[in-house]
Amino acid sequence: MSQQAQAAVLHDCRKTFADTLIALAREDERIVAVCNDSVGSSNLTGFKAEFPDRMVNVGIAEQDLVGVGAGLANGGLIPFVSAAAPFLTGRALEQIKADIAYSQARVVLCGQSPGFSYGELGPTHHSIEDLSWLRAVADLPVIVPADPLQTAQAVRWAAANPGPCYLRIPRTPVPDVTPPGSPFQQGKALRLTDGDDVTLIATGTMVSRALQAAESLRAEGIAARVLNVAFVEPLDTASVLQAAAETKGIVVAEEATVTGGLGAAVAALTAQHRPAHLRLLGVPRAFAPTGSTAFLLEYFGLTAVDIAAAARDIMAHARQ
Amino acid sequence: MLSVDHEQALRFRGERARLEGLSPGQAAPMLREIAQQLRRDDLRMIHRARLGHIGGDYSVIDILVTLYAAVLHVDPADPLAPERDRLVLSKGHTAGALYATLAYCGFFPRRELETFAEAGSPLNGHPNRVKVPGVETSTGPLGHGFPVAVGIALSARLQRSHRRTFVVLGDGELQEGSNWEAAMTAAHYGLSSLFAVVDRNRLQQGARTEETKALEPLADKWASFGWEVREVDGHDHAQLLDSFRRQGTARPVCVIAHTVKGKGVSFMEDRVEWHHKVPSDEELELALRELSA
Repeated sequence: MSQQAQAAVLHDCRKTFADTLIALAREDERIVAVCNDSVGSSNLTGFKAEFPDRMVNVGIAEQDLVGVGAGLANGGLIPFVSAAAPFLTGRALEQIKADIAYSQARVVLCGQSPGFSYGELGPTHHSIEDLSWLRAVADLPVIVPADPLQTAQAVRWAAANPGPCYLRIPRTPVPDVTPPGSPFQQGKALRLTDGDDVTLIATGTMVSRALQAAESLRAEGIAARVLNVAFVEPLDTASVLQAAAETKGIVVAEEATVTGGLGAAVAALTAQHRPAHLRLLGVPRAFAPTGSTAFLLEYFGLTAVDIAAAARDIMAHARQ
Repeated sequence: MLSVDHEQALRFRGERARLEGLSPGQAAPMLREIAQQLRRDDLRMIHRARLGHIGGDYSVIDILVTLYAAVLHVDPADPLAPERDRLVLSKGHTAGALYATLAYCGFFPRRELETFAEAGSPLNGHPNRVKVPGVETSTGPLGHGFPVAVGIALSARLQRSHRRTFVVLGDGELQEGSNWEAAMTAAHYGLSSLFAVVDRNRLQQGARTEETKALEPLADKWASFGWEVREVDGHDHAQLLDSFRRQGTARPVCVIAHTVKGKGVSFMEDRVEWHHKVPSDEELELALRELSA
């Protein structure tokens, strides 16, 4: 099957999340799910049917949700605390800081429907700030899988990890982008294509778009290196600095604000250790207008066309 | 990292075993003596560090002493034993009272109290779970401990364990909405192994609770949230012990402990400024004299 044909098949990572969690729960009775009236939206109906006692629903109460998760971990269980990302990370941010990260409670925070997943529901329901907020919290890995394979890897990694983490589960359908057999390691990016002209760093839903951009750039004779960064924290600093040294510049793309997410992390790192031409694609400090997910991604310049254009811009700048 | 003081832990186990066999009335004089000693330790810590929350420490310390010395099954030599009882101090600003109590149990040597709030000390102004053995969750921002305690009690239920969970709450803290989320969850799940102890000293940082944002009728609030309510004198060790020992029904239990902020030192009692005032050298001596009487 050609790459384009593969790209045409889109998957829902939520289903992989739920299936993997159920498989893990069958192997390990310490695994429990905690939600805030979000059994359906967290895709946990199957988990509840199979493990009714291990599904804790605290009702619509996110502060309680995260605190209860920390308490379950204190009791020796491995809670997957699942809620819509905007409410989990916004409403309960102080609980994430004090009860989870500062207490090193072994809780897997699962942010569902992140980014612009909720489209027309508006900025109250968008979760574009989560990467900025959680990057600011110490001792908390921030993980954004790009496709079903990485989602399964991330869920398994999180269950085995002795500390807490935040998993941002994509809702927007995505194609497969991870070659089978790829490793999944804390703080390691995955190089998807080689290239020494320009680097495209992407996370989550932006990874397939970066690959598409690399395809179109290749047709123009520009060799783009694509890095999939699933661990926004801790960042793969070696791969980023290598890209800064070996290519003419870096485009970063994320379905999140540019104030403190992956782009900001890459910018802070390279500015101090290996200054590079950068183009940071993401959401500026602006509330989104009304529109579907697809409309909003286009509106904020988060398409393959925009990523390719930013790469060309870097190449043009480098020639001057 | 702090670690167990084996000698003190041995002494604690001995006292704990003796208290176990006594009635609340018989145990009370011993508990009072421990509490007065810990008040003195705490006062010296705060005086040395030039910071702390002495008022709230003194309202809560009889509750903490009763629980650790005569109720909780904890082992300072094995602070993470899976079947231990849990105590969560949600009013984390009274860390001084907690540290003095944990040192009494032998979770770490008593001399460590001298490092309270010093640069690099594990004994921060608010307790941290990672640095201080015996601390179940890091607290400080109010309204955090109760949901965590609910999660702990839920874990015990899922594991069919008989271990018990106690959460100690400040009264002013109950103005945080997260507590009422937790109260609803505990009642919904029928967590009868969970005790919420309210340190009802009627003062918060700036003024009386009832002037700031009224809590009364407090017992009715808890009852209407589905809790069994017990009201006691929070400085009467016999009443406290009785209320903690008595098993509940199918519901979680709220013990409203009526206390006095600054209890034990005449010039601190029920005075709002002693929320976090630091005693002068002269006040230290005066207070120590009263606490030794």
